[in-house]
Amino acid sequence: MTTSEPTMPPVHYLNCDYSIRSWLLTQDHKRIALLFLVSITVFFLLGSTYAGMIRTELLTPNGNVVSHQNYNKLFTMHGLIMIFFFLIPSIPTVLGNFLIPMMIGARDLAFPRLNLASWYVYTLGGIFTITAAVAGGVDTGWTFYTPYSSIYSHTNVTTMAVGVFITGFSSIFTGLNFIVTIHKMRAPGLTWFRLPLFVWAIYATSIIMVLGTPVIAITLAMVGLERVFHIGIFDPALGGDPLLFQHLFWFYSHPAVYIMILPSMGVVSELIACFSRNRIFGYKIVAFSSVAIAVVGFLVWGHHMFVSGQSAYAGLIFSFLSFLVAIPSAIKVFNWTATLYKGSISYDAPMLYALGFIGLFTIGGVTGLFLATLGMDVHVHDTYFVVAHFHYIMVGGAIMGYMGGLHFWWPKITGRLYPEQWARLAALVIFLGFNLTFFPQFILGYLGMPRRYHTYPAEFQVLNVMSSAGASILGVGYMLPLFYLLWSLRRGPIAGPNPWGAKGLEWLTPSPPPTENFEQTPVVTEEAYAYRPEENASG
Amino acid sequence: MKHWMGFPMFPEQASSVAGRVDALYFFLVAVSGVFAILIFGVITVFIVKYRRRPGKMAVASGHGHMWLELVWSVVPLALTMVMFFWGAKLFFTIYTAPPGAMDVFVVGKQWMWKFQHPEGQREINELHIPVGRPIKLTMISEDVIHDLFVPAFRVKNDVLPGRYTTMWFQATRKGDYRLFCAQYCGTEHSLMTGWVHVMDPPDYQNWLGGGAEAGPMHVIGGKLFDQLGCATCHKNDNTGRGPTLVGLFGSKVTLKSGQVMQADEDYIRDCITKPNARLLPNYEPIMPTFKGIISEEGLLQLIAYIKSLTPPQAAKTGSETK
Repeated sequence: MTTSEPTMPPVHYLNCDYSIRSWLLTQDHKRIALLFLVSITVFFLLGSTYAGMIRTELLTPNGNVVSHQNYNKLFTMHGLIMIFFFLIPSIPTVLGNFLIPMMIGARDLAFPRLNLASWYVYTLGGIFTITAAVAGGVDTGWTFYTPYSSIYSHTNVTTMAVGVFITGFSSIFTGLNFIVTIHKMRAPGLTWFRLPLFVWAIYATSIIMVLGTPVIAITLAMVGLERVFHIGIFDPALGGDPLLFQHLFWFYSHPAVYIMILPSMGVVSELIACFSRNRIFGYKIVAFSSVAIAVVGFLVWGHHMFVSGQSAYAGLIFSFLSFLVAIPSAIKVFNWTATLYKGSISYDAPMLYALGFIGLFTIGGVTGLFLATLGMDVHVHDTYFVVAHFHYIMVGGAIMGYMGGLHFWWPKITGRLYPEQWARLAALVIFLGFNLTFFPQFILGYLGMPRRYHTYPAEFQVLNVMSSAGASILGVGYMLPLFYLLWSLRRGPIAGPNPWGAKGLEWLTPSPPPTENFEQTPVVTEEAYAYRPEENASG
Repeated sequence: MKHWMGFPMFPEQASSVAGRVDALYFFLVAVSGVFAILIFGVITVFIVKYRRRPGKMAVASGHGHMWLELVWSVVPLALTMVMFFWGAKLFFTIYTAPPGAMDVFVVGKQWMWKFQHPEGQREINELHIPVGRPIKLTMISEDVIHDLFVPAFRVKNDVLPGRYTTMWFQATRKGDYRLFCAQYCGTEHSLMTGWVHVMDPPDYQNWLGGGAEAGPMHVIGGKLFDQLGCATCHKNDNTGRGPTLVGLFGSKVTLKSGQVMQADEDYIRDCITKPNARLLPNYEPIMPTFKGIISEEGLLQLIAYIKSLTPPQAAKTGSETK
């Protein structure tokens, strides 16, 4: 590893030009990644504020902090912002943007201008969303179920739908860019099966983004048409079908869960390999499982509709397919575990996040089996059991992966190390706070507490207080990195090109990298994760 | 509620399926628990045993083992298939109302539940039922989507505008149980709650005897039928300009388009609200729409009346389908 004192390169992508113009018109994928990092962090803080207000309200059963209407707006805005403006873009636009070209030995993405356009489109969508929020918010729930959203709600549904519609194009642009880049711009010798698993995961995610996002865009456009022009599509009073909306909505929004979780799985593969000094066990199976999840994930949407009035036989098929999609996820968990076997494991903060991911994702995954089981889902559907389940996947899974990745590549992005002890503490606080927040919600759900309830029967209070207490710990856990990462920008120790002793092309170039990433295009002669040279020889 | 160390853990079991749902739940908890503990245990052992020590390199775990991959794909697949079949079997029990279930009609609206018994009694946010008898709810919404949920019975189903959905349960214990709206329906969603009162059959009979001045649902429906002038065309001896409705319910109807439809509750509702979508051969398309003229309760009463024109045996198929 590092022997002599590491130094900063004199010129790199951050200090080559300090002008505002050089940032706002940049075509450098690394700078665009940072633009996204700032934007999604703003939305994360906004979404977290809504969450904090929700948990404050639910401390007592009577709903004495905000009105019914405002409570409904809080959980709607929390969901919309966290899903469309934080979770979906998080890893792809920040870590993906920064790393995909570097991991494959390229100078940039295939379409740098399209990449910049993606950020502007995201920002424009964000402006509509903020406008909708400032104008009074939206009260439909993030799911926009019709005919409530299209006819009955008196809130800013149209503005919000326009915001989500526009932001969808950011997903499409970015996904398209990644697919072309991964196909066409890999360095000499970098075959598909030498790619880091993060690249495979982003590739699978991009397929979903490109194929799925147009469907949500069309669906929201139809909600807008019904709302503004009373064209009957979903409202039965106008001759429409409300279940049609649910089919279209979940056709995108179930795969969207995989847009959130697959990149995190990719990050975790990188972290587990590096910090156990082992090649990922069953590399090809882990790679193909990402693609399998992306493909089968398009065929399970009806499991959100078991009690919706959908045919029982459709429910049967969707239940079966949902169990099938669970298998590749389980395989990944087993392969990560096996990678630890006979490794040389260190407990740096990114590894703690990766281990936390496995723990929370496992709980989120097995509780997903409860929901895929038809006779079980009837009872727990639309209760806090579902809320707990998807937070285990989307916060416990996706955000743990994002945080782990952000810490792991922070030295590459900034050239400086974050304070390790603080980072370990934050990982621990987040893990504990998360579990205290969401585990009681499984029990609440089984007891029958429906989701989206502003007031609730007094017998549910104990568990709600536990959950709110956990949320305050979780809040502290998320604030810590915000402070110490900012602090490290000036005060952190100089990282050097490869502080972790990690494999992968991105670690061959200085930290922070030069604008063109590599002085010479690297030539790849070994497989990914060749932490043990003799592994290659044995094939 | 069942408590464990002071914490509430399970809702009461008060229906014929509640015990079966809980049994499935325990199975799922056990399988998930074993898997989670197995994974967390193995990870803990590995990260302690193989922690980084100075001068000690990782020993390659190899590129994977086919048999190991097969084992941990096939075993979870087999277990999930057990979950699938068990859950599907239970689902069809929950889904399919037994023949001879007692009917109750439900109209959901922002933000209240309206119940109507065939004997004519109506109640709001409260539902009185006898213990030990299967109850079949036929439900519809006046506005947005709602969902009727009774945790103690372990059943719920969405209540849609524009068409009927059904659910059934058989209460096994006397008592008062909460009912919730489980599908978000707007501002006062969390106030759209109420109680199911499960009574001894004699008490239920007494309760029924209390109200219903207007008479049973089909009688009210019959009056409505006359008031709206339906009888001018739909004559019982089939001499009117429209078809007779005697024997309609539960029969198979061949439309002008050649399509064959089962005359169930939804079919009759559609004929009244969108008559032009259900044209019959040999009849002129002269029926006006009654959409917006008759309330959802009124439609249910009309359907009850039309049902009463069919002898019970002939209607068998109609009431059994969901």
